[in-house]
Amino acid sequence: MSGPACHVPEPPPAVHKSTPAWRLLLTLVVAGAAAGWLIVSVYNATLPAVERHAAEQVNEAVRQVLKAPARWDTLYLVDGALTSKRPASVNAETPMAFVGYDAGGRRIGAAITAAEPGFQELVTLMIGFDPATGALTGYDVLDQQETPGLGDRIESDTDFTRQFPGRVAPLVGVKRAPATPNEVQTITGATISSRAVVRIINDAVARWRPLLQAYDRGGQE
Amino acid sequence: MTSVPVAEAAPAPGAQEFIPGAPPPASAIADIWRGIGRENPVLVQLLGMCPTMAVTNVLANGLAMGLATTFVLVGSGLFVSLFRKYIANEVRITSYILIIATFVTLADMLLAATFPDIRKALGPFIPLIVANCLLLGRAEAFAAKVPVKRAVADGLGMGLGFTLSLSMLSTIREVLGKGSILGHPLFGPRFEPWVFMMLPPGGFLALGIALLGVAYVGELRKRRARRAPVAGRVAA
Repeated sequence: MSGPACHVPEPPPAVHKSTPAWRLLLTLVVAGAAAGWLIVSVYNATLPAVERHAAEQVNEAVRQVLKAPARWDTLYLVDGALTSKRPASVNAETPMAFVGYDAGGRRIGAAITAAEPGFQELVTLMIGFDPATGALTGYDVLDQQETPGLGDRIESDTDFTRQFPGRVAPLVGVKRAPATPNEVQTITGATISSRAVVRIINDAVARWRPLLQAYDRGGQE
Repeated sequence: MTSVPVAEAAPAPGAQEFIPGAPPPASAIADIWRGIGRENPVLVQLLGMCPTMAVTNVLANGLAMGLATTFVLVGSGLFVSLFRKYIANEVRITSYILIIATFVTLADMLLAATFPDIRKALGPFIPLIVANCLLLGRAEAFAAKVPVKRAVADGLGMGLGFTLSLSMLSTIREVLGKGSILGHPLFGPRFEPWVFMMLPPGGFLALGIALLGVAYVGELRKRRARRAPVAGRVAA
């Protein structure tokens, strides 16, 4: 730092009169109330944009994993069964399936979200598959905190992601070139993250396929 | 510091109120430049090392973190300085943290509404700006002791210094570790990225080299200054 202290004129003896407690309290109450009011107003002002971004992200993912469907229906999981009727209390936590159709009205598949631990944190995927055959149409990473440059390649490595369309769940992650329709080649340096993707897809298809098939049998209501 | 009632302190009329530890007078422009150069928060003061290491893997993140921190520095500097006469000494740290936390929350929400992808990439590090020593440090050491204009200038200077340092480090790391800049590939598909630079050790390496550069330049300047007056200090 600045070597020998340069001499500043001696400060006047500090007048330390303690502030009365009510004044301290008042300061903090007023400051806290002002801060709270500011935060609430900005929260309310930004909420529509935040919700719009979240919805856009989901729509974008549905479009991607179902290969650009012409339209899609949203199904809600209520009391262990799927229904196309929107429940009264629907929020971001309500499990939903998006069933996409092509321009000719044929079903392309269903897209669902699923989250399970990856190498670091929860990995959230949007998974598209055909409920009739269990064949995948693709997946998209909605959220992940995997190691940059290694585990995050489950999102960016196209050699890995393009294997999935056409593969049939349950999948097996292998280190060599895949030989059967069940196998996908894991990423070198990201084996755990790749296997997490495989596991999330397997668990999600195992959970949702029977639900979607039951919904099909129950007619289009 | 607290306002000293005029009757007790009785300063000479027209004299400046004495504030212990107040920074020497300077123009607002000088205050801005000081943060960018001579007192750069990252490269000289070594403050805010946690975000410096954590988010400088790609340029977009470094830039966003720098700008978010600048927003908080300017906002908190403004309010700390504005209310410096009303904030009692006993609760000043609490008040500063309250002001800083409010601006951090605002920055987080505004980022979520405008650049959700960048906010996602920065993860918990935006809320963690509140724990950055740089913020409380500037509030306590500077903003609380100077008029609003200087406090805002200092916040702006420190923020820009922080942003420039983070941008520099993240440019080095993104180019070497990903072969891209702001996501645009630079070298074509044959480039094998040096993943090491994207990971924490790469951050330490880049920062170490940057600090070495700063220290080297400082040393050169010192030597040049020593050579100028020829004799005198050589023996010392």
